[in-house]
Amino acid sequence: MLPLSPFAKPLSRRFVPAVALVLLAGCAAPIPSGISDPHEAQNRAVHRGNIALDRNVVRPAAMAYGRTVPWPVRTGIGNFASNLALPGAVINSLLQLRPGDAAQNTTRFLVNSTIGLGGLLDPATRMGAARIDTDFGETLHVWGVAEGSYMELPLLGPSTGRDALGTVVDLVLSPTARLPNTEQREGAGGVAVLSGLGTRYERSNLIDSLLYESADSYAQTRQTYLENRRFNLRRGAEPDYFDPYEDPYEDPTAQ
Amino acid sequence: MRTPLPNDPARRALLACALATGATLALSGAALALTGAEASRLIDQVVGDINRVINSGRSEAQMLPEFERIFARYADVPIIARSALGVAARSASAAQMRAFSEAFQGYISRKYGRRLREFIGGELIVREVRPVRDFYEVRTTAALRGQAPFEVVFLVSDRSGRNLFFNIFIEGVNMLATERTEIGALLDQRRGNLDALIADLRRMG
Repeated sequence: MLPLSPFAKPLSRRFVPAVALVLLAGCAAPIPSGISDPHEAQNRAVHRGNIALDRNVVRPAAMAYGRTVPWPVRTGIGNFASNLALPGAVINSLLQLRPGDAAQNTTRFLVNSTIGLGGLLDPATRMGAARIDTDFGETLHVWGVAEGSYMELPLLGPSTGRDALGTVVDLVLSPTARLPNTEQREGAGGVAVLSGLGTRYERSNLIDSLLYESADSYAQTRQTYLENRRFNLRRGAEPDYFDPYEDPYEDPTAQ
Repeated sequence: MRTPLPNDPARRALLACALATGATLALSGAALALTGAEASRLIDQVVGDINRVINSGRSEAQMLPEFERIFARYADVPIIARSALGVAARSASAAQMRAFSEAFQGYISRKYGRRLREFIGGELIVREVRPVRDFYEVRTTAALRGQAPFEVVFLVSDRSGRNLFFNIFIEGVNMLATERTEIGALLDQRRGNLDALIADLRRMG
C-alpha cells in the first residue's frame, strides 16, 4: 500500500494522462485485411464528382503547372510545402510516443529551414534525416482507434473514418493555420496547393491509370489507398501474406 | 532464484518447449526446399533482365514482347492468372483456363511493361530475404531518378516445381489483389462471359 500523503492526489492527476498515453501506445489498433464499405453507393457518387473535378480542373491545372514551371522551381515549392508540414508531423510523432521520429523531423526542419534556404532545398535527406511522414490519423491508430469504414471525401479523395477525422484535426491544429496574419496563412495555403498540383503532375502516369484506365476506378482507388495506407501504418512489419497456393479462389484483398 | 531440479515441472516444460522449437525449425527447414539465396538470386536475375531490356534503347513495341518473355520465365503465370480470375476459375474448363492464362500473360506484360519505362536509369537493390511459411519474401529498394526511394517486395515460391515469383508489392499495393479487382470488374462488364473476356484481354493492357 502506498502511504497516503498530501501529494498523492495532484501527483496521480499529473501522471494519469502520461500513463494513459503509454498504455494507449501499447495497444495500436490491429490492421484489418478486408474492405469495409457500408456507404458504397454514397462513396461512388462522391467518386464521380471527384473524377469530374480532376478531369475538368485539377488535371488540366496540374499539367499546365508541370509544363510551364521548370522542374527546379517545382521541386523548390514542393520542398517548401513539405518543410512547413514538419512541425505538425513532429507533434504527431510525440503523441505517438516516437521520440526518434520527432527528433529526426526536428533536425530536418532546422537544417532545411537554415542551410536549405528556408526549406526550398533539401540538404537534410543527404545528411541522413529523410522525411518521416505521419499524421493524426496514424496517431489515432497508435492510440488504438480502429480504421473504420472506407470513405471517399470530396476533393480530398480516398480516406477512412479514422483518417477523415485525422485530416480534420491536422488541418485545425496545423501550425501553419496558426500563423499570425492572414497573408501568411494564405501564402502557406497557396504553396500547399501548388505542391499538390506538382505531385498530381509527377504521378500522372499512376493516377491517370487508376482513374481513367481501370475497369472500375472506384474499386481500384479504394483498393490502392487501403493497401498503401495499411503498408505505411505497419512500419515495415510483415503483413499476413495471401498465399494463392493454399486457395487460389480466395480473395487476396481478404489477406 | 532456485535451480530447477531434474524432475521439476518447470524444467520439463522448458525442455518440451526447446524440443518443440527445435522440431519446428527442423520441419520448416525440410519444407523449404527453396533457399533464401536462391530466392534472392531469382529476383536479381529478374531485375538484371529487365534492366538490360530497358537500357537496350529499343522502341516500346520491341520491348513489350521482351517483357512478356521475362514475365513468363520468372513468374508463376498460371497461379497468378487463376488467382486474378478468382471464383470464376472454378467453373472454367481446362481449355478456357489455358486460353485465359495465355491472354492474361500478354495483358500483364503490356500493362506493367509500359510502366517499367519509368525505371530507366534507376535501380532495384535486394535488401532482405526472409522465409514466410513455405515461401520467401524478397524486399528490395527501388531508387528512381528524381524520386524518393520506395519498397518493392517479391514473393517467391517453388510450389509450382520451379523457383518463381507469384506476387509483387509496390509500397504495399500488390499485383494479385489489384488484378483480382480489375479482372473481376472486366468480367462483370461482360456479364460473366469468360470467352469474351479472353478475346478482349488479348488486345488490352
